[in-house]
Amino acid sequence: MDTVTKKPSVGLFVTCLIDLFRPSAAFATLRLLEMAGCAVSVPDTQTCCGQPAYNAGDRKSAEKIAKTVIETFEAFDYVVAPSGSCIGMLRCHYPEIVKTNKAWRERAENLAKKSFELTEFLVDAVKLEMKIPQPARRIAMHDSCSALRELGVQRQPRQLLPLTEIENSDRCCGFGGLFSVKYGDISGQMADKKAAAIQASGAEVVTSCDFGCLMNIEGRLKRLGSDIKVRHIAELLAEILDAP
Amino acid sequence: MRPKSHAFRSAAKDALADETLQDALKLFATGFPEKRRKAVAALPEFEALREAAVLIKDHTLAHLDRYLEQFTDRVEEAGGHVHFCRTAREARETVVAICRKQGARTVTKGKSMVGEEIALNEALEAAGITPIETDLGEYILQLAKEPPSHIIGPALHKTKDQVSDLFLEHHTPLGFDERQEEGEALVAEARQILREKYFAADVGITGANFLVAEGGSAVIVTNEGNGDLTMTCPNTHIVITSIEKMVPTLADMTVLMRLLARSATGQTMSVYTTLVSGPKRKDDLDGPENFHVVLLDGGRSALLGTEQQDLLRCIKCGACMNHCPVYGAVGGHAYGWVYPGPIGAALNPALIGLKESRHLPEASTFCGACEAVCPVKIPLPMIFRHWRNQAFEKNITPFFIRMTLKLWAFLALRPRLYRRFAAFAAWGLKKSPPPFVKGWTDARDFPKPEGRSFHAQWQKRGGS
Ligand code: SF4
Repeated sequence: MDTVTKKPSVGLFVTCLIDLFRPSAAFATLRLLEMAGCAVSVPDTQTCCGQPAYNAGDRKSAEKIAKTVIETFEAFDYVVAPSGSCIGMLRCHYPEIVKTNKAWRERAENLAKKSFELTEFLVDAVKLEMKIPQPARRIAMHDSCSALRELGVQRQPRQLLPLTEIENSDRCCGFGGLFSVKYGDISGQMADKKAAAIQASGAEVVTSCDFGCLMNIEGRLKRLGSDIKVRHIAELLAEILDAP
Repeated sequence: MRPKSHAFRSAAKDALADETLQDALKLFATGFPEKRRKAVAALPEFEALREAAVLIKDHTLAHLDRYLEQFTDRVEEAGGHVHFCRTAREARETVVAICRKQGARTVTKGKSMVGEEIALNEALEAAGITPIETDLGEYILQLAKEPPSHIIGPALHKTKDQVSDLFLEHHTPLGFDERQEEGEALVAEARQILREKYFAADVGITGANFLVAEGGSAVIVTNEGNGDLTMTCPNTHIVITSIEKMVPTLADMTVLMRLLARSATGQTMSVYTTLVSGPKRKDDLDGPENFHVVLLDGGRSALLGTEQQDLLRCIKCGACMNHCPVYGAVGGHAYGWVYPGPIGAALNPALIGLKESRHLPEASTFCGACEAVCPVKIPLPMIFRHWRNQAFEKNITPFFIRMTLKLWAFLALRPRLYRRFAAFAAWGLKKSPPPFVKGWTDARDFPKPEGRSFHAQWQKRGGS
């Protein structure tokens, strides 16, 4: 095939939470990547990025998992995930996790360079130029901490969709993986503050680049009896683009 | 101060249920961050100053021995004394000995976190010496018999109402028997009472925000001017602080000063900044006859040359806790020791041991807000991570959590087995959440899977 027209190859990293709880966000991601002109594969040796182990101090397991992920995805032009925190692992932490071995560190750094969170991939890497119709509902945006502070993703989702700002959008929703169970009461209060800010924004839908945050936010909103819908940004984008 | 960090969980629970505290924290949550944001936005070179500050502190720490010597020489040349203390106990005993030698009965005190760290008030009282806190926040806490809950606003967990009650109770015997409800009236009352104490005190003890090696100066910053009265009225001034406060030159100090107040309270500068370099000179009109600097190590030098050395850059501005959502939820007391919030979570394990303080670096979502605002760019989350690694390695992490993680990692490394597990989980979670997520379900509904996992559906479609 002619290299000029060759489609960029993308390895889709589904992430463990989306795999289990919200497959539709992964299908939506797939659809968006294809619309953006990518040749997408879903390697079947993937499971999880290793964040639970890494964050809990289990360095050995984290390292083993990091190496498997590197092996799984390094041959693609890009690896894309609908998650800021998993891409944060690949981009910011893998090089650190394997740093004592030079060869592995180089492989990790190579992978880091081509790892993208979905919205930043669409906006910055493939420069998606697609007219996105105005959504019918008011959508509030929650910036996930990893997307915002590890990857610097803030402009990209807003460039793709008109989004309503909520107060303290950059404040953590309290998820934090195992934190949400181990320190459930602190986490619950943080989720409550986030839910209150979302309710105050008057939005009918809330979205984010991370499903972990959304699970947490949705859990609290449901408990409060709110009917605000909680959707991953990939789902919203695919829905709007697919609408007749 | 005796650490109570091991009880973080239950202390946090109590804090979350304490309505008065929650009200105080609500006020706090919006105040400082917004003021800092404005101050930073108004200073285009703020980022450049942060970079410069990191270089200054890293350089100082790399040559700390040299600067400590230089500082000591200058102080001694000026007629003062420097005391190096390896432990909190040594520091306590040194201060008490100086006070005893002066025959002190009362001492006035400016705010000093190192003073809290070495439990100075208790030591003075045990020696029959009455310490009087002169920082308004510390004064309130002394009446309430509570430790500080924040490093720059020690009493910000107290509401005005509580302060009114406290003052009425403690000031009535002194002739102030009217309950004051306005902030200004409360301050005026405290000032009136404290005023006499400054002149009656035999020794004045302050902390220091910086030590400047080139001139042998201690820099003391306050908003109330209490530090100046504390250090100039009595015959003896003791500075109690820790070794990492050192900077080489006055010029270096000003770089850090420009960051300090902006990061802390959003002020361009605190109201009073005083440099003291030794006791009263021959032609000085006033000032103390004796000048002592008591320098605590307290476990800090052990951090030099390690990956946690960055912690010693800290200028104790409090920005990390002002922006921390966990601190914002539980306040400072739950952390159970002198330094709360992110800096405490990163530093306390080094100073009081990981066994005592393991919850502190655990109780973080790694949201990174602290690191983003820290004026000296301490990688706080990375240091939490270091402690978590240590806890895991040394089996301090509870057995159940360790086993769950190991089991999960075992699955994560075996994709085919993992798919089967995911199928089972998807089926099980549709029915009910697992029993061990009570922490989650107390406040939130547990998510239900949509149906079969993505990979299961993908495989069925033939993987294309
Ligand atoms: S760690 Fe940074 S933000 Fe926190 S008190 Fe120290 S200097 Fe300030």
